[in-house]
Amino acid sequence: MSNLKGRNLISITDFSKEEYIQVLDIAEGFEKNPKQKILSDKVIATLFFEPSTRTRLSFESAANQLGARIIGFSDPGGTSVQKGESLHDTIVMVSSYSDLIVMRNPKEGSSRYASEVATVPVINAGDGANQHPTQCMLDLYSIRKTQGTLENLNIACVGDLKYGRTVHSLVQAMCNFNATFHLVSPEELKLPSSVKMSIKDAGLKYYQYTDIRDIVPVADIIYMTRVQRERFPDPMEYERVKDSCILTASMLKGCKDTMRVLHPLPRVNEITVDVDSTPYAYYFRQAQNGVYVRQALMAAILGVK
Amino acid sequence: METKKELTVSAIENGTVIDHIPTTALFQVIHILGLENYKEEVLIGNNLDSKKIDHKGIIKIKNKHFSKEEISRIALVAPYATIINIENYSVVDKFQTEVPEHIERFVKCANPKCITNAEAVPTKFDVVDKENLKLKCHYCEKFTTKETLTFIR
Repeated sequence: MSNLKGRNLISITDFSKEEYIQVLDIAEGFEKNPKQKILSDKVIATLFFEPSTRTRLSFESAANQLGARIIGFSDPGGTSVQKGESLHDTIVMVSSYSDLIVMRNPKEGSSRYASEVATVPVINAGDGANQHPTQCMLDLYSIRKTQGTLENLNIACVGDLKYGRTVHSLVQAMCNFNATFHLVSPEELKLPSSVKMSIKDAGLKYYQYTDIRDIVPVADIIYMTRVQRERFPDPMEYERVKDSCILTASMLKGCKDTMRVLHPLPRVNEITVDVDSTPYAYYFRQAQNGVYVRQALMAAILGVK
Repeated sequence: METKKELTVSAIENGTVIDHIPTTALFQVIHILGLENYKEEVLIGNNLDSKKIDHKGIIKIKNKHFSKEEISRIALVAPYATIINIENYSVVDKFQTEVPEHIERFVKCANPKCITNAEAVPTKFDVVDKENLKLKCHYCEKFTTKETLTFIR
């Protein structure tokens, strides 16, 4: 039994290194045997104040496979929220109807606040541009699964490193595991200095690049993210840099055999489809791993694992 | 010079002297403490010579003592100002303002997307850099700095 019973998961820093590993170990068990009716007496509320495909379906699939009942909404239209009910009141009410709340809300910090108001544990399924810790947990799971370890790896992050919250969380989490970071982005979308500071504070190294080809031979993991056109005030600037962050199958010549490409999805054009059929593509499997990791988190927090 | 000397030394019977205020922060301090509406005697001096800092501002407020929270507010714009409590023309307490480790309720989060700006949630911050004034929001985890600092009154 883990010591995570009754805990909230709001930010990636809420769990220690040992606790991440504990969750990954439990998730491995679910990967081997995902259909265990261990939550059949539990009600899980999934409150999605903004639309989400993968995260919501993944949580609901995870809960269903464990036999839990699900209540909630996939967008606030038609609910009391649309009538102007406060987040506070919604959470107080839902607390009395459920054993665990999974929440996505566009307001940053909303999940932390919900966890202070709720009488049941809260899992953050994304609070605006702030945190999305279960994505980070499934990234860690996928890295450990493909590399056999989380320690001493060369992690390359590519694309929008400035605004991409998944990259920020991944970098912070991997700082616990003696990683070396290779950061590939257009000049305008470099990793924020506060995140670089976490790397330095951990006594680790990072290198910055503008061309993806430079990191292919050294990387154990290439973590791709989407460069969004709307981040660029000048469309010409976007046109100039956009190809520097597109990964094609031909670029992967010379990579390590064990290297795997990860992406939080949805993909647009930053990984060309010819990569999908290479042995290096792992992003769809990565999304599947999300179910096991969310099963592990729900089971541990509800005290049955 | 005579006038200045008289202003800086003129005594009050009861009340508070706030000394060594950076000249650029004097009017902010007045505003933060709501002294515009204070009905009793308030003496204000600015750009005065100081041994401690280059030039300083000073405020003397008759019959008024400030709470810990009010002192914390001052500290954010005037770190290292001196607070002197006076009773019967004597100094009963004298200390420097210090930026606290945590701040609750009186500073607004600079992130417009923060939940504290959308609902009636009292703000909470950890002070991560006292020297350059950098506050980390307990909720959205974004930073509010000297440049983006706004008080909730």
